[in-house]
Amino acid sequence: MMSTKHSGCCQNGCFGLCCTKIENFGVTFGKTQVLKDVNLHIHCGELTAIIGPNGAGKSTLLKSILGEVKHTGELKFMDATGEKSDKPLVGYVPQHLSFDTGSPVSVLDLFMASLVKAPSWLYKPKGIRKKVEDCLAKVKAEHLIDRRLGALSGGELQRVLLALALQPVPHLLLLDEPVSGIDQNGLEMFYSILLELKQNFDLSIILVSHDLDLVLKYADRVVLVKGTVLASGTPSEMSRNEMLLKTFGMSWFNDFTDKNGRGGGNR
Amino acid sequence: MINFWYSFIDTVLPFQWAELDFMKNALLAVLLVSPIFGMLGTMIVNNKMAFFSDALGHGAFTGVAIGSIVGILSPVLGAIAFSLVFSILITIVKSKSRTSADTIIGVFSSIAISSGLVLLSVGGRNINKYSSYLYGDLLGISPSDILMLLIAFIGVFLLWLLLFNKMLLISVNQSLARSRGINTIVVEIIFTSAIAVIVTVGIQWVGLLIINSLLVLPAAAARNVTINVRQYHLLSVLFALFSSLLGLVLSYYWNSTTGATIVLISAGIYFITLALRNKVG
Repeated sequence: MMSTKHSGCCQNGCFGLCCTKIENFGVTFGKTQVLKDVNLHIHCGELTAIIGPNGAGKSTLLKSILGEVKHTGELKFMDATGEKSDKPLVGYVPQHLSFDTGSPVSVLDLFMASLVKAPSWLYKPKGIRKKVEDCLAKVKAEHLIDRRLGALSGGELQRVLLALALQPVPHLLLLDEPVSGIDQNGLEMFYSILLELKQNFDLSIILVSHDLDLVLKYADRVVLVKGTVLASGTPSEMSRNEMLLKTFGMSWFNDFTDKNGRGGGNR
Repeated sequence: MINFWYSFIDTVLPFQWAELDFMKNALLAVLLVSPIFGMLGTMIVNNKMAFFSDALGHGAFTGVAIGSIVGILSPVLGAIAFSLVFSILITIVKSKSRTSADTIIGVFSSIAISSGLVLLSVGGRNINKYSSYLYGDLLGISPSDILMLLIAFIGVFLLWLLLFNKMLLISVNQSLARSRGINTIVVEIIFTSAIAVIVTVGIQWVGLLIINSLLVLPAAAARNVTINVRQYHLLSVLFALFSSLLGLVLSYYWNSTTGATIVLISAGIYFITLALRNKVG
């Protein structure tokens, strides 16, 4: 069902030829329209960051790309050989774990449960440990293989989940960044690993983020979402965008204006 | 089959408590039931579902009430059918609704227990004869009941072989599981149905009041001192077996209720592991 490498993108230096298109996405919960007319065009080897205030529908957008939330519109994927598919292989890095953090589930257990059929509570298949170590090496986390998931720090957990999302290498990588719990060093490390992977695997990445500074530093494209796409562009375009400054919240606006020596607002 | 078991026990366990047939039956029953409880418990504890499985016990009680009143088939089959519907209903409402799961479970649980009690007492019926469903009567188990436990044992074991990995992934994060092609609602319904069936079958032998403790305590104790799922399962099953066997023997000498005696021993193990927890890390 899943191959270890997706066809096309990585071969023949076809950078930028494969793409994912999100066309006219709309989501309605009951009578509330959460998202409408969302159009995004995502190229291979690009990190697209989605930002927006709380409740703007960022997570809903991710969930609708995952097919978890009913939506209107279409998701189209085309690889470098021109082959089209409306069900691209999606890798997902969740924001948090929903199970009890005291549970005795190790990093190795999580990978075994995802990658092999053999029941992980009964026995360890031969060679799986080496395979998982290789996966974890991609995110510099080999040493975490026997740790409990609940005992990992925010940054470690995010790297482990990223390694899992890369096995098999997806067409589209979706990341839901945690709101809190990761220190600045952890974040910088995560982003630098992400950039490296993006280049090595020519990945299309969609990242939902809350950290505007990091996004402007690392993303190739920034998309401002609030019910729909309000604005999008390169980080340097977006850092001058009035709409972004106004919508993203006063605190960042103040920081930004402080840095530019123009003084803050009221708060 | 059962005669072979009797003579086997006479040879290997020449003790006073193991002489009587009902004790041999009960021994076989706990050997089958406790590993199931130990295994199901690991996932119930991981998913923070202790309250949910408690509610299933209440549903099972109502099922038994309906089963014994309607009595089309055997009471147990009626009870199982009702518990299945009940558990599937909770699972679906829980996944569709945005209300807190605790509230939904609480509502369903109280509806179940009260409708069970009303059904059993309506028209001035004597409700006391159903009290064994509250406290349980493990020593009253018959060879044909044991056959049912054996079927349940095989069923849960197969389920764990085939679906455990998927359930683990769902418990870690639902969206992650879905992104890896798992049909989460189907797997969840199968899992809760399994709990429902086991609880319904078990409720007559261990009783509504303590069946949940048997499900939760061995796993809760095991997770205090383990760091991966293999250790977790091994210890949970061993704790369940140990406390069931010791509880059965002690209840014979103390002349106490078997189920409750077992629970007290599980609780003892739990507190010991809790004390050890900090040392294991």
